Amino acid sequence: MSWKNYFSTSIGKKILVGATGLFLVLFLVVHCYVNAMVFWPDAEPGKHFTEAAAFMGGNVAVRIMEIGLFLGLAVHIIQGLSLWSQNMKRRSVRYTVSAGNATSKWYSRSMGLLGTLILMFLILHLYHFWAPNRYGQAFDPAWKEEDLYHKMIAVFTPLWVVIIYVLGCVSLAWHLMHGFFSGFQTFGLATHKYKGVIRSIGVAFAIIIPLIFASMPIYLHCVGNCGH
Amino acid sequence: MQHYNMNLTLKVWRQKNNKAKGGFETFQVKNVSSEMSFLEMFDVLNEQLVAEGKEPVAFDHDCREGICGMCSMHINGRAHGPWEQTTTCQLHMREYKDGDTIVVEPWRANSFPVIKDLVVDRTAFDRIIAAGGYVSVNTGNAQDANALPIEKQKADESFAAASCIGCGACVAACPNASAMLFVSAKVSHLALLPQGDPERKVRAVNMVQQMDTEGFGSCTNIGACEAECPKGISIENIARLNREYLGAVFSGSAQG
Ligand code: HEM
Ligand code: SF4
Ligand code: FES
Repeated sequence: MSWKNYFSTSIGKKILVGATGLFLVLFLVVHCYVNAMVFWPDAEPGKHFTEAAAFMGGNVAVRIMEIGLFLGLAVHIIQGLSLWSQNMKRRSVRYTVSAGNATSKWYSRSMGLLGTLILMFLILHLYHFWAPNRYGQAFDPAWKEEDLYHKMIAVFTPLWVVIIYVLGCVSLAWHLMHGFFSGFQTFGLATHKYKGVIRSIGVAFAIIIPLIFASMPIYLHCVGNCGH
Repeated sequence: MQHYNMNLTLKVWRQKNNKAKGGFETFQVKNVSSEMSFLEMFDVLNEQLVAEGKEPVAFDHDCREGICGMCSMHINGRAHGPWEQTTTCQLHMREYKDGDTIVVEPWRANSFPVIKDLVVDRTAFDRIIAAGGYVSVNTGNAQDANALPIEKQKADESFAAASCIGCGACVAACPNASAMLFVSAKVSHLALLPQGDPERKVRAVNMVQQMDTEGFGSCTNIGACEAECPKGISIENIARLNREYLGAVFSGSAQG
């Protein structure tokens, strides 16, 4: 069988979703670490964060890894949603009475929906912070790294933006509540010995990382509106 | 527990054949004993229907002791009813009380087309087995069982996987109508034994391909299969199947 055929079976597609999903999990750790610098009690507000952001923005290696990130994200979204839509067609006549939550968790059945919510948030998020800066870097000769710290404060001043960001984090939390374990199971690593610890780490990860992310817009909203 | 009788309302899926459009028919069944099995309750219903000159409800059954896997019924939203690790024939009427309404549907999956009423065609499973769920290496004459050393733990795990009765509850329960629990049980049962080892890679790839060809959904690790399996087959077997498949992909030796 060719490589292409290996990855087009149901398990093969899952391997692609799982590999890219776990890669995105790694990305979240880095992203969260860098952004958490906004909480640093600098004398000059946001100094630590601005330096870290400038390092990430100006670094060629990071820019190259970013291409990998976007490719991975694209594969994850395309394969994930295609699996999801195919799976919806496997039972043309639905049950009149279904088991609901008696035999499985709602979020494990809603990965496509949660992923789509994350995607909608992601488009807004890239539009806010990534696109303008990177567009300038690519096309504007007079470009210099934006002052992202103050830009964030400006973006998060209206409450509705904060609410959307928090909802994005909530969707991410539920996506990971299933996705973290699921990714390891897809690679056959959730064995009798390890599945308990993988589930526990997954739950902790799914709560802690989105919580840290969600606290950023809330914090910066306060900074913007109360002036400290 | 005290014995009691009950009157029930049954809403049962009726469908003439694979092509016909099905629908629910409502029946009253009187004086059902709490000691009866769920299938015996259906026997009472069918005798009543025959006496009235009506067509009895078609349903699959054979051993009536929880080992053949034939008795497929989706009862009030649950494959084989609400009891854990129980087939329909082992579900007993003491679960219900007088005046209850019970909705009974066939296994619903495009790969398990309805033949009639509650009877579905599960030959897709046979074709998956035929694609690799066997050992074809020449094992010669039957030898002394002790001649082939098998680690106790592997023997136990293989035995647990081999207890799959091919009932299809995993497919019926899965929101994706995936057959991964079944296939993983069959692959695990052989992959854990020395006799199954030589063909393990080709087996995993071929059975997965056949599973896809039959139109079952893909596994998204939801776990409803494990919750409904009458034999308690664990999704650890699915993890093993994934490993077998990955091993076949990256070793590059499987023909497939
Ligand atoms: C940073 C964001 C994201 C992370 C960290 C992430 C992580 C994961 C992980 C670890 C899995 C489990 C993979 C497996 O079961 O093997 C998964 C599954 C999935 N993801 Fe994501 N994901 C993200 C964003 C998205 C987006 C934007 C979409 C779609 C629009 C999406 C759609 C899906 C779908 C449909 C599945 C289910 C596949 C399945 O259950 O088998 N994800 N994700
Ligand atoms: S794995 Fe369990 S539910 Fe699935 S066919 Fe085998 S015995 Fe039935
Ligand atoms: S009739 Fe054989 S398992 Fe139920």
